[in-house]
Amino acid sequence: MRLRVPPGAPAALKVLAAAGAAPEPVRPHLGGPAEGPRALPSPPGLQLELDNGTVLFSANAICQYFYLCRGEEPTDLTTQWLEWEATELQPAVAAALYLRLVQGRAGPDALAVLKHLLTHLEQHLARSGTSHLAGDAVSVADVVVWGSLFPVLQDETSLPSELQVLRSWFRAMSLWEPCRDAAALLPEALRELRTHLAQHPPPLPGPRHEPQDEESPERALTDDDIAAAVDTWARGPAALPPPWQPQTPVLPVEGERNVLITSALPYVNNVPHLGNIIGCVLSADTFARYSRLRGWNTLFVCGTDEYGTATETRALEEGLSPRELCDRYHALHADIYSWFRISFDTFGRTTTPQQTRIAQDIFQRLLARGFLLQDTLEQLRCESCGRYLADRFVEGTCPFCNYAEARGDQCDKCGKLINAVELKNPQCKLCRGTPVVTPTQHLFLDLPKLEGRLEAWLERTWAAGDWTPNARHITRTWLRDGLKPRCITRDLTWGTPVPLDGFRDKVFYVWFDAPIGYLSITANYTDQWERWWKNPQQVELYNFMAKDNVPFHSVVFPCSLLGAEDNYTLVNHLIATEYLNYEDGKFSKSRGVGVFGDMAKDTGIPADVWRFYLLYLRPEGQDSAFSWADLLLKNNSELLNNLGNFINRAGMFVCKFFAGVVPDMVLTAEDQRLLARVTLEMRQYHQLMEKVRIRDALRCVLSISRHGNQYIQVNEPWKRIKGDEKDRQRAGTVTGVAVNVAAALAALLQPFVPGVSAAIQGQLLIPPERCGLGMGLTCTLPAGHRVGTVSPLFQKLEPEQVEALRQRFAGGQVSGTQAKQPPPASAPPPAPNAAAAPGDPKLIQELTEQVAKQGNLVRQLKAAQAEKAQVDAQVAKLLELKQQLALAEGRSPEVPKGKRKK
Amino acid sequence: MAAAVRGAEELELLERLLGLPGGNKYGVQGERKVPVLQTNNGPGLTGLVTIAAHLVRRARKEQLLGSSAEEKAVVQQWLEYRVTRVNGGSSKEDTRTVLKDLNMHLEDKVYLAGNIFTLADILMYYGLHHIMVDLTVQEKEKYLNVSRWFNHIQHYPGVRQHLSDVVFIKNRLYTNAH
Repeated sequence: MRLRVPPGAPAALKVLAAAGAAPEPVRPHLGGPAEGPRALPSPPGLQLELDNGTVLFSANAICQYFYLCRGEEPTDLTTQWLEWEATELQPAVAAALYLRLVQGRAGPDALAVLKHLLTHLEQHLARSGTSHLAGDAVSVADVVVWGSLFPVLQDETSLPSELQVLRSWFRAMSLWEPCRDAAALLPEALRELRTHLAQHPPPLPGPRHEPQDEESPERALTDDDIAAAVDTWARGPAALPPPWQPQTPVLPVEGERNVLITSALPYVNNVPHLGNIIGCVLSADTFARYSRLRGWNTLFVCGTDEYGTATETRALEEGLSPRELCDRYHALHADIYSWFRISFDTFGRTTTPQQTRIAQDIFQRLLARGFLLQDTLEQLRCESCGRYLADRFVEGTCPFCNYAEARGDQCDKCGKLINAVELKNPQCKLCRGTPVVTPTQHLFLDLPKLEGRLEAWLERTWAAGDWTPNARHITRTWLRDGLKPRCITRDLTWGTPVPLDGFRDKVFYVWFDAPIGYLSITANYTDQWERWWKNPQQVELYNFMAKDNVPFHSVVFPCSLLGAEDNYTLVNHLIATEYLNYEDGKFSKSRGVGVFGDMAKDTGIPADVWRFYLLYLRPEGQDSAFSWADLLLKNNSELLNNLGNFINRAGMFVCKFFAGVVPDMVLTAEDQRLLARVTLEMRQYHQLMEKVRIRDALRCVLSISRHGNQYIQVNEPWKRIKGDEKDRQRAGTVTGVAVNVAAALAALLQPFVPGVSAAIQGQLLIPPERCGLGMGLTCTLPAGHRVGTVSPLFQKLEPEQVEALRQRFAGGQVSGTQAKQPPPASAPPPAPNAAAAPGDPKLIQELTEQVAKQGNLVRQLKAAQAEKAQVDAQVAKLLELKQQLALAEGRSPEVPKGKRKK
Repeated sequence: MAAAVRGAEELELLERLLGLPGGNKYGVQGERKVPVLQTNNGPGLTGLVTIAAHLVRRARKEQLLGSSAEEKAVVQQWLEYRVTRVNGGSSKEDTRTVLKDLNMHLEDKVYLAGNIFTLADILMYYGLHHIMVDLTVQEKEKYLNVSRWFNHIQHYPGVRQHLSDVVFIKNRLYTNAH
């Protein structure tokens, strides 16, 4: 007989206790790899191999077996307890342990999910009048139930005091020798269990215990809700998690939840538009901030994707080397994201020696393991240039409509997709020579060979991780259509060189190369990057992207890593957004339609308002559309009238009525209901954020301030303060509760609008150690706390201001060529058309373009640390252009930029 | 999708199979619709496995629960697997895992507990019936051991009753022509 108990197996305790009660001693084999016959269900865990070769994998059946060996036959009652334990208690205990060990919730919070089951036990013991579950002696039922409960309770005093009978049963069981011996192993086991649970989160407990997504927090409050909320409130700052103190560089820590977050790498020479920003970097940033607030050990990585044909083409057009071009645009990207307050731990690039080293290593490993194929492709080659031509480098006559200037990939006239070798009279775009069709050797990743591994991995990761439905759907579609070998090499020079004879003049195709950027960027951040990327046991990986990027992250890149067989960390949670449209159309750089990252700051609208509106619109589950009118509405209604108004009023009352000192609070039933209401919203917020449903979580925050406004409105502290002693006390309580709700909002808002959050913390003088994000509303600003100067957080947007912006970004009048031209670094700004009347849309359009271009130029100069005189000259030009624009738009040039007051 | 055989219905099938007079009234409890058997003496029994084992003992067919300690523990284990893993509302992925698990387990066994027919086979058959009805020919071939076992159990005297006969083709439907 062999008993195998892997570390952290949730059911270890009861099995060890039952083994201790067995007639013959059983020596458990703790930990170690699985040996002998394969046990069910997969993955193998705790098991007992009997002498006849039978393997028991169910902990309860193992306990039952030890008791059968003692000659104790199962009865109706013991069978019933075992069934109850397996179907009801185990799932609830797993959820409670997850809450406590992984999410760090307080004991009583975690026990809440078990409450009805504990009551059931109490009632049974009290009614039956016996000292144990199935009679007066310890039976298998007691061991099994005790073994499940012990890791959550540990001590009978953690049971609610009204469960007296259960308490004494639990104490008696814990003192019984076999249980006591098993329990001695607990501290070690709990640590393992925590890691185990972090990687295998149990399904959420049923709707009875926690509000599900569908259930609105508007549901009626129960007495339990209110009692729990009052309890949390009274615990004060002690109920808050301590602020997370990361070491630098951030590295995984054993036993903690280690969260690695990536945002899809933006292509370097496209200026990101609002859709790109909300699609990955801003979504990832919001989650990264939340993750840090929860005290999870978090690393957030991104960078620019720089290799490929598009960069090479653009560099040729601009007369720069690809490297120079990338340097310029990388700075532009970094600048945009820093303006949006994106909190990358590192923002790197893919054109580094680390990239070459890691990409070539993965390539060599794939090659050595036989996952690469060779095949011949027919491609156009220009002999005079001495190079194979990428599709964009060829022009010719369209084989379908005979249009003479068709491009190598598509005909602009008939719109059909073209295979470059089919073009009639092909011409090299660079030298106008005639390219010839030449066979060329390429390498392919053998995806069909890796399909089995991929599916097995997907099954595991889907069972435990949060993948958005679109990510699962797109992946399934790819698998359903069958995987084909994919070419991983290109005839280019701007890329990671292929380290194989016969291919040395080629580079890796970007889709193979770019995702490796996550690894190489981390490697440039810390030389211990492998602790993040070759550590799936300890690290949870979140990938953020728009849906068009899903197959590369769910199929192709995982296949590269699985085939490399180097224990790589693969994605656990794949978060893909739908598309954000612009005023019901598409963002288009070439047509000048939409707001691009570099222009957002020129609108005069603060970064946090942009963040708020984009997150409020986040295309979660379906496409959504950016609209200027809606931006104005949301700013004025949600930010200004709801959120800003509540926080400002709460703070102002403290200043005006109580000389800046938080008054004494005497909670009435009505206040307690508000605490419970806010706590319910906070719980919902956490549930949604844990599932990365960012937009919905933001709705919870807004609901809280709505409740707060209502509360102030009903209680009218501004009237009561003028009343008798009792009224004044009431005014004090309402003000005190409201300002504490405002303090909680500061923490809840931090992932969304960090600048506003900091402003609230500054105004209310909340000390840093009390800025943590609690699970429920707690009194962080006790009576006697002094607040600072309170001022409005948001500014109203005026319809005229927004209408001007709408016209400015509507595009249409820009000719194609003009918009396609990148801002030339040295070109002087063209003189404005002085003859045009003010309000002329064409003039406004032109000036807007020029302001944007000049703005870019200034930023590039600053980023490149150009001489001050040079920068100043260009800044002066920019200011002049802005002034002209203002005049053309018919507004005063000194118009305030709408910056938030601090 | 075929409707699952649930709680009370399953226990009534079992009563007839065991030759019990019937007439028991079953209630259900909670969201999972756990069956409850009201008895004249005592608080009643709750849970599919609990009631099923109780019925077996009442019908004096204890061999269906296994004879040796080993067999009894194995039967217990598969009954638990049946109520925790094979339930009416499980997802497609869960179902696939269950079929894979069982297919592997049944590779070298006639019945779930090895060489003896037990209550575990009966309840697993009732629990899987609605799943097996919906499998395609290819899937049935993929889970060959489950198919063989299922076909065997559905022809075991008295088990199937009014449930539909799931057809298993022993020769290939399509030959080389396709």
